[in-house]
Amino acid sequence: MGRARLYPDEPSGPFPSPPSTIEDREGRDIEIRAPGELTTDLDAVVEMYDQFDPTDRAQGIPPTGEDRIRNWLETIADESVNVIAHHKPDGDIDVDSSADSDGEVIAHAMLVPDADDPAAIEDNGDIEWELAIFVLQDYQQAGIGTHLLKHLLGHASDVGIERVWLTVERWNNPAIALYERVGFEASGTESFEQEMSIRLE
Amino acid sequence: MNVLVGLGGSDESIKTLRQTIDRTQDVGDDLTIAVLEKPESKRSQDEMYEEATDLLSEAGVDADLVRLEGDPGSALVDHAEQGEFDQLVIGGGTLSPMGKIQLGPITEFVLLNAPTTVKLVR
Repeated sequence: MGRARLYPDEPSGPFPSPPSTIEDREGRDIEIRAPGELTTDLDAVVEMYDQFDPTDRAQGIPPTGEDRIRNWLETIADESVNVIAHHKPDGDIDVDSSADSDGEVIAHAMLVPDADDPAAIEDNGDIEWELAIFVLQDYQQAGIGTHLLKHLLGHASDVGIERVWLTVERWNNPAIALYERVGFEASGTESFEQEMSIRLE
Repeated sequence: MNVLVGLGGSDESIKTLRQTIDRTQDVGDDLTIAVLEKPESKRSQDEMYEEATDLLSEAGVDADLVRLEGDPGSALVDHAEQGEFDQLVIGGGTLSPMGKIQLGPITEFVLLNAPTTVKLVR
């Protein structure tokens, strides 16, 4: 599908693997985990994107409106690799593992394979994976994005993924700085979007 | 309206041309098709020129067809500037596997430099 992209020679890592519970800079307990299939958490993730402030959209995603969000996620859900962050309800020690007790989904990061036929992937290391990450507005600037990104890369490494790329709007300096901190480097031609890539251990 | 459409050699270019031909038929625009030199494309300049000729004759639409040599963005903007065009039409970007809209460097150059109205076809 896509042309071959450039990747750093040196691999980055190791990164932490989910699940983890972290405390954000606001003192909130945030649980990060990797669902086996996005479909099991689809409703909660759709709900998160439905609350996402459209002024923070980038390059057309996420779409707006529940139906379009669901359609977008269902289109890319197959073979995608996901991590989800929940805000755990305060002081509620709950052994019941039903979805409701997890608290609401407040951030989502994913990798989508750049392959014509994702179902035919034999080795995740053969494929280039596109990354995207979204954090709900009330939970931004609390360190959650950095944790979520690192856990996604840790999870990716666990499942044999080696090459990850993304595009980011060229003027989005906070996002570019975040990606650089974990090891992404600028690659490819610059236009409205900056392409960046990372090689995993 | 006097319309100039710029084509590389991608599937996006084919879509752009089809939509522009449809629009030309609907409203009776004057159409000029500029086939750009873009060696890394799926179709060569000659192949794209032929395909454009075929699409025009299929639709029964009359248009001027030109080849522009050199850097595609600047050649297209220069051609638009020299002629009496009301609108410059180019492809509106591709979608990444994630569904992100991606605009290439040619699109950026055209948007920032063209003196005419620019239409991006999606």
